[in-house]
Amino acid sequence: MLWLGVALVVLVLAIAAVAYGAVPIGAHAVLDAIAGRGDPVTVSIVRTLRLPRAALALLVGAGLGMAGAALQGALRNALAEPYLLGVSGGAAVGAVTAVAFGASGPFILPLASFAGAALAIAVALLVARASGGRADPRVLLMAGVIVGAFANAAIMVLLSNAPPNEVRNALWWMMGSVSDAAWLTVSWLAAYVALGGALLLWLSRDIDILSLGEESAAALGVDAARSSRSIFLIAALLSAATVAAAGLVGFVGVVVPHLVRSLGVRRHRELIAGAALVGAGLVVAADLVARLATPPAELPLGAVTALLGVPFFLVQLRRLS
Amino acid sequence: MIGFEGAIIRYARAAVAAVDDVSFSAPRGAITAVVGPNGSGKSTLVRALLQLTPLASGSITIDGTSLAQLDRRAVARRVAVVSQRESLVFPLPVWEYVALGRHPHEGPWAAAPARSDVAITGALDRAGILSLGDRSTDELSGGEWQRVRIARALAQGGEALVLDEPTTFLDIAHEMSMFELFARLARDGMAVLLVSHQLNLVARFADTIVLLHRGRVAASGTPADVMRASVLEEVYEWPLLITRDPAVGAPALLPLRNRGSRSSSQSP
Repeated sequence: MLWLGVALVVLVLAIAAVAYGAVPIGAHAVLDAIAGRGDPVTVSIVRTLRLPRAALALLVGAGLGMAGAALQGALRNALAEPYLLGVSGGAAVGAVTAVAFGASGPFILPLASFAGAALAIAVALLVARASGGRADPRVLLMAGVIVGAFANAAIMVLLSNAPPNEVRNALWWMMGSVSDAAWLTVSWLAAYVALGGALLLWLSRDIDILSLGEESAAALGVDAARSSRSIFLIAALLSAATVAAAGLVGFVGVVVPHLVRSLGVRRHRELIAGAALVGAGLVVAADLVARLATPPAELPLGAVTALLGVPFFLVQLRRLS
Repeated sequence: MIGFEGAIIRYARAAVAAVDDVSFSAPRGAITAVVGPNGSGKSTLVRALLQLTPLASGSITIDGTSLAQLDRRAVARRVAVVSQRESLVFPLPVWEYVALGRHPHEGPWAAAPARSDVAITGALDRAGILSLGDRSTDELSGGEWQRVRIARALAQGGEALVLDEPTTFLDIAHEMSMFELFARLARDGMAVLLVSHQLNLVARFADTIVLLHRGRVAASGTPADVMRASVLEEVYEWPLLITRDPAVGAPALLPLRNRGSRSSSQSP
């Protein structure tokens, strides 16, 4: 019942995302256009611009929400999320490198991103361990910030010889955007999000157990080291795919699991599924704000999610200490 | 039921072994207590049983089968371990937490157990906390939280319960009722393996005591065998007196003031 309500809200947001924009379209006309009826210009706007854009935003939100929920549980850290752990930054380095070599499309770009993301999470965990253990959530975040800063610097170096328009594109993308959504991107991102989501749901009971800590997990027959490694890799894959498709969209992974928990959800199976739904709704709403806040200019999507996420993050940080 | 045979455990970069040739067994229907000073290797044994620390040599067996040959989940179905410390970052309702004890019995797609599952209500009942089922884990007192953790271990449905210093932060009443609970579980046929600093309580409740000193077994046997002043003084490096517990006649230990003894450095 609860999820039906949440799903309904997400659906309304998605329809609003298709209806509102430079040219407002009525809800009825939106449904007609999706079915291919009505004014050909409207049909074209809806089918080739707004619908893929809304779909991309939904998928980015779902992927980041699930990755955040899984990372928080497995790391026992209420502030963990792909962007703050430097995972998204690592993914961006992978993606920029791949683009520099002319790669695009459903395989090389996301997989190069994934390689960067997996490397980034491994380095963040190692740095955290070397500087006082993963047990303190703030130490891990500090490690993530360092990895993220390094990734930023690496991207700047990679872009130093690029032509100006490419740099402008890259910068826009580093602030997160779903404005260049194409159906091809939507379809491969959907595949990665579905795959990663299914794997996380399969491991969800392990995440419940990992959130008790290493010794208790071992006592319950879970190989904590191996199990958390799989979860980190899947979360890295989800984040990498969203970065390859839409750039760096921060803070979604930290806000969404808390929203879902505030609905009374505790088990990770429901938490991950709920985070997909709520994350989808949140990013669609954020993109709507990005388009409508300062017309005719658009705000970067990542800026909107950060403006929303930072106060939220600060409240959580205060709760920790 | 649980056996340690010639177990040697070395930590990386440590000069001496943390556990050095330790052998003992914890049979069903009895309380076996492992005691010893800080750093004597007690908790290392528990970590080895959890397969978080590898054995350099020797073996740990469950009913005669080496741990190395058993699947982790199969071990968890037979032996439950309550580690020294545990804190939850994300609080859970007590019954949901206890339900996690069913994990070794569940497949990845299994529906989570229901509130009314007998394995869960039974475990809550045996731990004496049936009334706490709907509370949140962040609203419990120290004593309640320990009982909740034991209930989760009982929900695992095994025949052995291993506890690492389960009464450290508890007051007398909670500590005593905890030991009474262990005695009841042992009477019901469980193998209870207890790591503890509470020598006097262990002397009253345990069937066998294993005294560790610098990773080695300094003494083992019945409380009367182990609770001897000469042995304990050497291990704990502190003067002490062994008397009789007037209530049940078990040996009782009384640490002495250190004044004038051999190890104190007296100022003029």
